[in-house]
Order: sequence, then C-alpha cells, then structure tokens
Amino acid sequence: MDLINLAVRSIFIENMVFAYFLGMCSYLAVSKSVKTAVGLGAAVVFVLGITVPINWLLDTYLLKPGALAQWMGPEYADIDLSFLSFIMFIAVIASMVQLVEMVVERFAPALYGALGIFLPLIAVNCAILGGSLFMQQKDFSNIGESAVYGIGSGFGFFLAILAIAAIREKISYSNVPAPLRGLGITFIITGLMALGFMSFMGIEI
Amino acid sequence: MAHNKETKKQELILFLSDTDEREGLLGKKNRKLLTDPLTDNNPITVQVLGICSALAITVQLKPAIVMSIAVMAVMAFSNMIISALRNLIPSRIRIIVQLVVVAALVIIVDQILRAYAYDVSKELSVFVGLIITNCIVMGRLEAFALGHGVYKSFLDGIGNAAGYAFILILVAFFRELLGAGKLLGYQIIPDSFYEFGYTNNGLMLLSPMALITVGLIIWVQRSRSRSLIEQN
Amino acid sequence: MDRNSNSYTFLFAIIMVAVVASALAFAATNLQPAQAKNVKEEKMQNILATVGIETTRDSAQILFDKYIIDQVALDDQGKERTDVDAFTVDLKKELKRPVMDQAYPLYVAEVSGEKYYIVPLRGKGLWDAIWGYVALKDDVNTIKGAVFDHKGETPGLGAEITQGWFKKRFDDEKIMDEQGNFIGVSVVKGYQGGDNKDDNAVDAIAGSTITGNGVTDMISERLQRYLPYFKEKTNVKVAMQ
Repeated sequence: MDLINLAVRSIFIENMVFAYFLGMCSYLAVSKSVKTAVGLGAAVVFVLGITVPINWLLDTYLLKPGALAQWMGPEYADIDLSFLSFIMFIAVIASMVQLVEMVVERFAPALYGALGIFLPLIAVNCAILGGSLFMQQKDFSNIGESAVYGIGSGFGFFLAILAIAAIREKISYSNVPAPLRGLGITFIITGLMALGFMSFMGIEI
Repeated sequence: MAHNKETKKQELILFLSDTDEREGLLGKKNRKLLTDPLTDNNPITVQVLGICSALAITVQLKPAIVMSIAVMAVMAFSNMIISALRNLIPSRIRIIVQLVVVAALVIIVDQILRAYAYDVSKELSVFVGLIITNCIVMGRLEAFALGHGVYKSFLDGIGNAAGYAFILILVAFFRELLGAGKLLGYQIIPDSFYEFGYTNNGLMLLSPMALITVGLIIWVQRSRSRSLIEQN
Repeated sequence: MDRNSNSYTFLFAIIMVAVVASALAFAATNLQPAQAKNVKEEKMQNILATVGIETTRDSAQILFDKYIIDQVALDDQGKERTDVDAFTVDLKKELKRPVMDQAYPLYVAEVSGEKYYIVPLRGKGLWDAIWGYVALKDDVNTIKGAVFDHKGETPGLGAEITQGWFKKRFDDEKIMDEQGNFIGVSVVKGYQGGDNKDDNAVDAIAGSTITGNGVTDMISERLQRYLPYFKEKTNVKVAMQ
C-alpha cells in the first residue's frame, strides 16, 4: 500500500515538472510534437528508474554518515562522505546514460532508434539529478521504495511532456498574440496545468 | 630576448582574451558580454536555459537573491576554469570534465552556505545541488568557454548569471509582494490597505504562478523587442 | 603529447580526480565544524524558544547551559536510560526503530524558579516531515510554549506553522481534559472557541488542513509516550487510558 501511495504521490502530487519545475529545459525544447515527446518521456522513465535505486545504494552504503560502518567495521562509523554526494550522483547518472545507450544500441536497435537521440540529452536533465537528490532527502528505507519513486517521477515527467506536446500541436492553429507565441504561451499553459495538478494535493491512499 | 618576452606577452594576452586587438578591461565588446544576456539574449526568456532550478525558489526574494549569487559564483569560476583548461581537455571526456568541475564548485558553494548561511541553505535545500544540471552553466561552457579566453569567459559567466538573476529576482519580487505583502520579509503593504479590504493573493505563493509570471515577463519583453517573436 | 590518445585521456582523468577530490575534502573538513555548530545551536534556540527565551545563535550555548537543568532519555516505560545522550538523539532515526528500543528525549528547564518539561515532536505534514518542541509547565498539563518547523510545507499556507502568531495559539492550552485524561491539542478548522484555553483545541491556518492535522497527530502521538514518566515524576494526577 505504501508503494502505491508513493507512486501516486510521485506521479501526480509531487510531479517533477508541475510541482518542482525540474526538467523544464528539455520539457520546453522537445515538446513541439507528440512523437518526440513520447521518446524523451520514455527515456526519462527508463533512466530515472535505473539511477535512483543505484544512487540509493551508493548513498546508503557509502555516503551517509556512518554508512561505511555497516560493512567495513565499526571503526569507520564516524566517516561522513555526504559532501561527495552531488559529484557521485552526477557521475553515476552520466555513466549510466552512456551505458544504457550502448546496451540499447547493441541489443534493441528498434528501441535505440526511438530513444537514441534523447539519451545523451538526459544526462544534464535536472529531473534526473533532482530525482536522486529528493531520494536522498526522503530517506527511503529500502531499494524498492527508491525504485518506485524513480519510476513514478519518470512517469510524472512523461505525463507532463506528453500533455503539453499535445496541447502545443493544437495551439498552433490558434491565434495567439504574437509576442506570446512559442515560449510565452507554453509557460502560461504549463502554469494552468500545474494549477490543475494541485487538486491532487493531499490525496492519501 | 626582448623579442621573446614580447611574444610571451602576446601569447598570454591571446590566452586570456583570445583576440589580438587590445581593448580596455571593459571595452565595448567586453561590455556587450556583460549586458547582452540581461535583455536581448537573456538565458531564461530567450535562450530557454536554466529554468529548471530557478522557479521553485522564487516564493520569496531572499532565497532568490542567494540562489542568484550562488549561480553567479559557479558560472564565473567554472567558465574561467574550463576556459583555462580548454587546450588541455581531451575532447572525448569533455562533458564529464565539465560536469566534474561544475559539481565540485557547487559542492563548495553548498558547503559554504551550510556553514555561514544556514537558514537560507535550509530553504534552498536540493536546489543548490541542482545548479549542477542548470543548463545555463553547461550551455555556456560548451558554447563560450571552450572557445574563448579566460577573461572573456569570466565576463560571459557573470553576464549570463546576471541575466538569470534578473529574471529570478523579478519573479520573486512580484510573488512575495503580491502573495505575502512583504519584501525580504518586511511588511511593505501597509495595514491601512488591509483595512480597506485588500487581501494577499495566496495563489501567487503557489508554484503555478511562477510559470505564469515568467510567461507574462516574456510577453512584455517580446512586445518591446519584436525581433524575438517566434513563428508559431 | 597527443590529446586524443588513450594514455593522455587517462592521465588527465586521474589528475583531475585527484585535484578535485583533495579540494573537496579540504573544503568539507574545514567547514564541518561550523556546519555542526549551526545545527546544534539551532536546536538549542528552538528548545529555549518554547520556554519564552529568544536567543541569537551566538548566545544559544550559554543560555542553554544556564536554563536547561537536566536532559534525560526515557524508555517506553518512562524509566531514564543511561546509555543514551538525550541531546544527540535524532528523532528521525529513532522513530524508525522498534518502539521498545526507542529513546524519548526530554529536557527540563528552570526559568525564574518555574520548572518546565520540554518534549521534542516529529510527525508528517502534507508534503514531508514536520517537527518541533513543546514545553509543559510543572503541572504537565498546561503548555508553556511551542515551536514548529517543517521541511517542505506549502509556502504561505502549511509553512506558516513556523510563524509566531500560530505558535502563540498553543500558549496555555491544556493537553488533558478536566478528569485528567490525556487528549492532546487539536488544530481545528473553523475553530469557534476564541480564547478558550481549556478545550484542547486551537484554530487552524486557513488552507492547510493536512499540515494542521499533522501537528495534531504529532502532539498527541509524541506526548503520550511521556505519560508514564510524568505520572511517576510529578505529583499530579495523570489518568492512564
């Protein structure tokens, strides 16, 4: 039940885009057509689902104050490596993205055709690093929770970018005031969508 | 010998500013590097970079200002470091090197904030860490610092960070003023207004309004400089 | 040397990692004491604030030593534990442990001859954790003062629990009913009681029902753990459910 609750929270309530504005750059850049939006969204789900649990392991067994003591003996209990977490997380993300790209290219060329160009873009997507940083803050108690959180946040992003891409495809037929066209109206629509998503606030399952 | 010295000096100038022409520290070109990003080449509203970490901390003016200073420090130093190393970095691991330099600078900024500005660092929480993936930083490293001299890159970093800060502070200004009637935590809207039935607009404090505020800023900006208008 | 050769790339990577790692380790170790001091002094400030002593961070340590006369960690039977230092107990970690093993920190303050019991709180708000401290007067029934803090409540709504005007509503509230049964203090939406201090309830912040419920739950959940101790330690009649 907790896991479902966590998934619902991460997809709808604490939506990466609407609640925390993470991944905005690629959200704005790649949302001109539904097709590319789906590609990027799927890649984000994929990478978040992998990196958040890996970073959870790193955080729990290496970086947290006293983490080393769990497997290296009590004399390491005072070591606190948490200041390294940013650099470790980003290194894991960058190398995982590389790795995923290579594996997908080798074993699933069709998927690579769909995701390929988006994967390198993701290494510097704030939503990915944000997922790991929020994971660290939320202090999950096991790897399952962190995986659910990662995948859930990814789906949140997927949902957001898919919705805005669909709206932007339609809005090109509308007579938007010239200075608002493109970026301006996208911001305002995103704001309105975020208002809508606020109605999920406080839902507990 | 004298000749040798002269070429050395020339090389140094080239390394630092990448042009032969001598111009003052803040000559016309250099000044442009500083001022352009504030308006017509603003990183947020024109280049569409670095929106990610920016908006969540614009509820109040103070965290927005601290965030701006942090971004400015990171950008100026990372631009300088990458530009200084630009002839040494192996091109294959270029992106990783940039990430490591930026991440290291961000960690230092975060640690300093935690030690000397504890309260603000609590408010900023994970958003300091997210400077690493702030697209402005990486974007300027790729687009500018790798190809220009140290001093110019420094100015470019400061300029772009200032453009980012400008939008951040503008948004925070309106959100705190209209949402809480305060600026920097001080009551600005007098009590007499409230007696006449004025109320704070609580909606301004919620995240959607940050997006809408930026949308409106873009509207105003593009109405003034028509060349920025997009086609669809 | 060829900039694209493998050996150059490796060499560059190794030097870079070494330089960056030492720079970071240097910065972290040098700033660590200042950071730890901030955390500790903020905790002291919060504890002192519940008994009405407002301090700056610099004087927190001195005033804490002056007014806090005792710090104890209790077990779930209300007995004092000697194996734990109360001040270092981290409720966040403590609450994840089995109830039997948990330590309940309690601070005893004496201000101008009056004795107060200060209980740390921790619970869940709308978004994330909320926590705080509540000080009880010598009758272990009347609240002297409370402070709250939060990790990520909505600014302007739930986040207002940190504000003075909200905390003030808890002053002089009772945590028990007239028969001495433990009730806690409820944060009630649309509260009609005005200045009534005996109804175990205070007015909520508009638009933050869930954060308010979190405060309610946190107070009743945490305080009832201390009832065995209060019952034994004080001469006040405390009915146990």
